[in-house]
Formats: sequence, structure tokens, C-alpha cells
Amino acid sequence: MSEHEYVPKSKAGKWFNDRLPLLTLGAHLTDYPTPKNLNYWWTFGGILTFCLITQIVTGIVLAMHYVAHADLAFASVEHIMRDVNYGWLIRYIHSNGASMFFLAVYIHIFRSLFYGSYKSPREVIWIIGLMIYLLMMAAAFMGYVLPWGQMSFWGATVITNLFSAIPLVGDSITTWLWGAYSVDNPTLNRFFSLHYLIPFLILGLVVLHIWALHVPGNNNPVGIDIKKPSKDTVPFHPYITIKDAFALLVFMIIFAGFVFFTPNVLGHSDNYIPANPLITPAHIVPEWYLLPFYAILRSVPDKLGGVILMFSAIFILFVLPWLDTSKVRSAVFRPIYRQFFWILVIDVLMLGYVGAMPAEGIYLVLARVGTVYYFLHFIVVMPVVGYLEKTDPIPMSISEPVLTGGAEPSLARKVNDKV
Amino acid sequence: MIKFNLKLLVLSFLLLISHKPLQSAEMVDPIKVDWSFKGLTGTFDRASLQRGFQVYKEVCASCHSMQYLSYRNLGEPGGPEFSEQEVKAIAASFEIEDGPDSQGEMFTRPGKPSDKFKSPYPNVQAATAANGGAYPPDMSVLVKARKGGANYIYSVLVGYEDPPPGVTLDDGVYYNKYMAGNKIKMPNNLMDGLVEYADGTESTVDQMAKDVTTFLAWAAEPELEERHKTGVKVIIYLVLLTTLVYLSMKKIWSRVDTEV
Repeated sequence: MSEHEYVPKSKAGKWFNDRLPLLTLGAHLTDYPTPKNLNYWWTFGGILTFCLITQIVTGIVLAMHYVAHADLAFASVEHIMRDVNYGWLIRYIHSNGASMFFLAVYIHIFRSLFYGSYKSPREVIWIIGLMIYLLMMAAAFMGYVLPWGQMSFWGATVITNLFSAIPLVGDSITTWLWGAYSVDNPTLNRFFSLHYLIPFLILGLVVLHIWALHVPGNNNPVGIDIKKPSKDTVPFHPYITIKDAFALLVFMIIFAGFVFFTPNVLGHSDNYIPANPLITPAHIVPEWYLLPFYAILRSVPDKLGGVILMFSAIFILFVLPWLDTSKVRSAVFRPIYRQFFWILVIDVLMLGYVGAMPAEGIYLVLARVGTVYYFLHFIVVMPVVGYLEKTDPIPMSISEPVLTGGAEPSLARKVNDKV
Repeated sequence: MIKFNLKLLVLSFLLLISHKPLQSAEMVDPIKVDWSFKGLTGTFDRASLQRGFQVYKEVCASCHSMQYLSYRNLGEPGGPEFSEQEVKAIAASFEIEDGPDSQGEMFTRPGKPSDKFKSPYPNVQAATAANGGAYPPDMSVLVKARKGGANYIYSVLVGYEDPPPGVTLDDGVYYNKYMAGNKIKMPNNLMDGLVEYADGTESTVDQMAKDVTTFLAWAAEPELEERHKTGVKVIIYLVLLTTLVYLSMKKIWSRVDTEV
């Protein structure tokens, strides 16, 4: 919990640490002063690290048995499922792991949105996080192509075709991406190569994400700056490590439930049909975690317009720290913004729902309404509400908050405890 | 706020689990069968698997391949569990092409347990041509490849009907209540008493459909029993560990004035 320079006790440790201060880094990580009022929504950083490591470890084993060839990929996946020792377990952990990874990352992102963790001085953490999210989507999309089932093939066809919407050079770019004149063996090969590469890029960005986090330190549910170390903080170890471990175990129980009892419920049955370029499935749908963007894409009648809007939906998040004009971080003290936050949550869930439905009738209307609100939320609601809203009084510190009108019940309780 | 958060969690899970793409209007929901392999501790009915294999071998196998299965799988735990001798005898009843030998010639020999199931046709084109332009799909993962799974396969097998008035069918096309579009190129191959079950079970259409569907469900998920058993152990272990970690957490955090 100390700021002063760490000195290893042993002579060997001191010798090594003078040359590469790994022990200093270790001491920093264990002592790292963390706000003591972090709630369980803050445990998803650790959970996400677990997800990444799980995907990398299971992925490396799968790559030992998988064959990236259009004629052999499907059969090699069945070989993994049937002949490789515990191959079914490794593959189901990997495929369901992708879904669990996205579930965790969405909770992580919405936590950041609610408590204003993207705001100054944490803009760079936020932006690195979004880059991780973008790479996750790329990795997940390419991973879904690898089993070379019907949904793999046609999903790849739909998504790569988006690039053909680019004026003038679109078709050339698409052909270049494919390495052929349609999605084919060269496409599968390069997707496998990139699918293996991207997780390590993500790993590098995660290191930067945590590094950038450790400069200002964690935001917290109250959203105020705190002195570190102080009465408001606890050392990362053992307090946060044990809490993260508990949350991770609960998460793993849900994860195991999917893997062992409904391993295919999040996938699409068509992907157990080998890829066939001559037969198009009735409905081409992406994995659930990409559905909101799919809904935005299809809500626009024009292909180029849809593509631009879909990418804008992600890239608008990069400028979020500058669109939000509120001086107050945590939505706990922002009565108006808080309501808009929940509208956004419902909006995104609704977009996800209509993304799974055919783009017609009421679903198309809902998709359009949802898309309009999504952009209004960031472009209009955030700057205007931040400017006009009368926020609730903010406590001075976590330990001794000013009690003024029940902003957060737990705060009031803590004050009562002191009395 | 806690209430709001719970709402989010519940909503997202509902969305995760319940989204179903629309079905075309004329399709009927498959019959729900109370399979023994359903549920958290479901296992296959061994006798039904063995009977199902017989139906597959005597009826389905003349058109449908099962290229990802090997004869040895028939004797493995969690499957039909034929004895070693039975598996060897089943494998040996097929002539398998092998080679080339030292002279460069291909030759046939009796099958071994390590051989893959022999396919009825040399390739997809041959299978398509021999079946009026409709490829009889490989059945290795068929149950996983169809929405509705085992229920759907069973329903199609028992869902043949005379076409309703006004529906005309081309030659070699049959009417099926549960098939998408109601048109199927596979004729109704099951009729009462078609196979003579070794265990004396009466071979009604319903019985054969159930048995062969059970067999196909196992073929698609041969790991199912082990998965269920391991899953129960893993969950019990995790729940115990979570409890211990929770108690440790409470103890550690009791040093601080904040609740965890």
C-alpha cells in the first residue's frame, strides 16, 4: 500500500531487480491502491482476462488438430469432436467461450457508460478498450468461419461483401480480401492465420489497457477522484483478488452450464451442414453478439449507407469522452442521464432482437427506430443532458460522504453506521 | 439501482436463450418426445441404440452415408456398446476398398473396427444422381444440423401424409407435415414389421423411428453421456469452491469497514 520504492529482501532478488525491475512491478500490482467501494460490475475486467487466456489456450490446442482447407476443415472439426482426447470439451469451451467473452465485454462496456469511466482522465483507457472490442469482433467473425459450415461460408460472404459497397475500388478490395473471386479456400486460409494472430494483438492491448488504468487508478461507483493510498482504498491483493476470484467462479458456473449442458444453444444448427456455395440458407444470421450491428446495417435500404452507419455505430464510441459534457462521472448522481442510460440498454437489446429477425414489417420499423435512437443518444442526448442536467450533490470522499438526498442507498447506510 | 441491474441481466439472458428465427407459416412444430438423453443427467437407452443401428444398417444406409463414424465407435462407452466380437463381426460384414498395394493396385478386404462407416455412394454427385437430384445428407451430425434436433428427425420420419387437396406433387416428391415446404424427396421407407429386431421388440413405424433417431442423436453427440457426467461433477466442484472463496472473501473484507 506504499508509494515508496520497493526493495527486494534477498540479495539475488535485489541483483535481478536492479537489472529488470519485475519484482517492483509485482509489488506495484499487489499493492495497487483500489477504491474500496467497487461493486461487482467492476469484477468483469478480471473475468475478461480469464476469457482471453481461456480462448488462447484452447485455441492453441484446437489449432494442433484443425486443418484450414475448404475440403478438410469440416471433417477436421468432427475429428476433434470424436477422436481427439477431450476434443469435444476443448472445442465447446472455445466456441461457448467466445459468447461468454462478449457477454462479459458488454457488461464491462455498459458499466463504463453508467459510471462515466470513459471520462477524463481515463479517455485513453476507454479508447484502447474499444480497439480491443473491435479486434474481438474481427477474431470472433473469422473464428466462426473456420468450421466451414453453411453459416460460416454465408456469414463470410455477407460480411466481406460489405466492402464491395465502397465506391470505385469496392470490388477490387473484396477480391483482394477473398484471395479469389468468391469466398473460397484462400479466404479460409487467411482467416485462420489472422484468427491466430489477433488474440495476441488483443493481449498486447490488454497490457496497455491495464497500464493506462494504473496511471489514474480505478474509477468507482461514486465517480469521484480519491487520494491514494488513503482510507478510501484497499490494496489490490488480497482484497480485490479474492473478490475477483469469487465473481469469476460464479461466472465459470454459468460458463460450465453452457459447455456441458447446452453447448450448441448459442450457435446455429446450419453450421453443422458443410459449406455449400450453391445453396443459400433461408436466414443468414451472425452470432448473437453482432446482432445489434447487423440490425443497424439492415435498417438502411442503401448498401453503402448501411455499411457507413454500422461502422459509425462503433466509431462514435471513440469520441464519447468529448461528447459527454457532464462534469459528473457517475450516473448515480445524474438523475436524467441515468434514465437515458437505461433507454440505451433497452435500445441495444431491442436492436439485437430484431437483428435475429427477418428485415421486414414491424422488425424493420423497430430496427430503424432503434438505430435513430442509438445515434441520438450519443450525438444529442449526451451533450445536451450533460449541459442542462442538475446533478445530485456529490460526496467529498468514499468514507465520509455528505448525506444529501438518497443518491445511493449504500452511501446513506455507511454514514448511518458511523453515527 | 440493484433492481435495474438485475433487470438488465435477466433481459440479456432472455435474449440470449430465446431468440428464434421466424418459421415459415406452413411448417408444423415437431412432436416433442421425452427422450432418455434429454436433461442434465440424460443417457442413451442402450437397447434402443442397438435397434436404431439395425434400422440404420438395413434401411437408411442404402442411401445415407455416415462418414465421420468408425465401426469401433459402436463398441465405445456411451454408445450402443456392442461387444468387441460384435463390432468386429459388423465391420467384417462390409467390403472396404484399400490400397494401393505394392503393385499399385487397389483391392477390397473385409472391414476392420478402425474403418470409417462405408458410404453407399462413391461421391456426392453419384448420390445425388441416384436419388432424383436430391442428395441424401450425410447423417453423422444430422441431429445437430437441424433446428429441433431429435424431435424434428423423428417427426419427419412419422410425418408422411397424403397431400391435402389442391397440392400436386411431382414424381418422386412426397408430402411431409414436418418438412420445410412440406415437400420431401425421401420416400416413406418405414412400414410396420420392416425389420426383425434381434431383441424381439415389435418393429412398429413409431418404434423404428424412435430407435433410429436415438441412434442418430448418439452419432451426432457421441460424447453426450460423458459430457453430462463430467458437467455435474464440474458444477458441484465449482459450487463448493465458490462457497469457500466466498467465505474467505467475507473474512478478508471484515478487516475493512466496507461491505462486499
